[in-house]
Amino acid sequence: MSAFLVTFRRDLALMWGGGGVLAPLGFFLGATMLVPLAMGPERALLQSAGPPLVWIAAALAVLATLERLFQADLEDGSLEQMLLSRAPLEVLVLAKGLALWCVVGLPLALAGAPAAIALQAPVERIGVIVVSLWLGMAAFIGVGLVGAAVTAGVKRGGVLIALIVLPFFAPPIIFGSAVAAGEQVGPALAILTGCALAALALGPIAAAAALRLQAE
Amino acid sequence: MSAARPFQDKPALRVDGLSIARGGRVLFKDMSFEASAGEYVELRGANGAGKTSLLRALAGFLKPRAGRIEFDGEEEPGLALHFIGHTNGLKPNLSARAHIMYWAGLFGAPHGWDIPLQSVGLAGMSERLTRTLSQGQARRLALTRLLVAPRKLWLLDEPAAALDDAGRAMVGELVAAHCKHGGIVVAAVHEPLGPTPSHVLTVGS
Repeated sequence: MSAFLVTFRRDLALMWGGGGVLAPLGFFLGATMLVPLAMGPERALLQSAGPPLVWIAAALAVLATLERLFQADLEDGSLEQMLLSRAPLEVLVLAKGLALWCVVGLPLALAGAPAAIALQAPVERIGVIVVSLWLGMAAFIGVGLVGAAVTAGVKRGGVLIALIVLPFFAPPIIFGSAVAAGEQVGPALAILTGCALAALALGPIAAAAALRLQAE
Repeated sequence: MSAARPFQDKPALRVDGLSIARGGRVLFKDMSFEASAGEYVELRGANGAGKTSLLRALAGFLKPRAGRIEFDGEEEPGLALHFIGHTNGLKPNLSARAHIMYWAGLFGAPHGWDIPLQSVGLAGMSERLTRTLSQGQARRLALTRLLVAPRKLWLLDEPAAALDDAGRAMVGELVAAHCKHGGIVVAAVHEPLGPTPSHVLTVGS
């Protein structure tokens, strides 16, 4: 089996087995379900304020998963083994990112459906909201790889990760919110796809460069 | 016990004028040595002398301040070496078998996963989660990396740490077998592993 596949499978098993999805999923659902309680049941208000709040909750939920992504590998010596692999480190970093996308990104995107219903989004828009969230998760994780790699050697680096990646979370949040609000859905979805592809293509390269420095 | 077949070509490690600094402090400078196929180089020195840094530089993890490292004419020999450091590279919630399968994929291994476990005295423990292993058993599991995929150069940093006498002897046998098959071993040790070293380098003197 290839180095990419074994890394993907190992991280999938570690994240799933370690219950890595529960905390971000619980946070996302809790945060989005609290919004109608706090703002009241007025439909127009929820429909205008709901989409950005869903996306901000999703971004913060992903942030919570990033801190230990490479830190554990650095501490237990796994990173050294990855550096000696026959596959480039960039490929292995991509495999870890894709595993996170599957274990955390997919459940969070699916949880977008009940969140959208709670925020009184039109039923016919729920499908596209889920798809846009899934794409947005890829963009968040691609960027998040860099923040996680840069702070891998920093104890309690969660705040630092937020400072590094949150500015780059803005485009997916803006265009994802537009999709959720039903504004310019086609172009916004296309730009969101572009953000996801760019983040997944460039994130592993930058993250691998940062990890090589961390290994020193 | 090591690679079943001898290495076809004759590897050579060449270190020339190596200087390494950590945190602004020069650990050693102008170190030069060579090792040929079948040779075992033992690194000795006090704590903090730079043995680990030297091994990490040989592995390509640490950039030296000056000097040149070559293995088989390559300046980046990452694909030709195994590195066993202070940490074992184990995940507490994965089984021994899952680790070996992972390393087999990572390093491109031809072996079945059960062979290395038998070789390090962990037969029958393939489904044990590594968090249930003792320190010594975890170290033995880490050492299976050396056997999963044959690589010419082994860089070992206190490989017998946490091992009992039988474990230490097992490491000595692994080293001897690897050298017999034409590989090169560079190991930092505080107590001799058993095989007679071809060279003894005292780091930091």
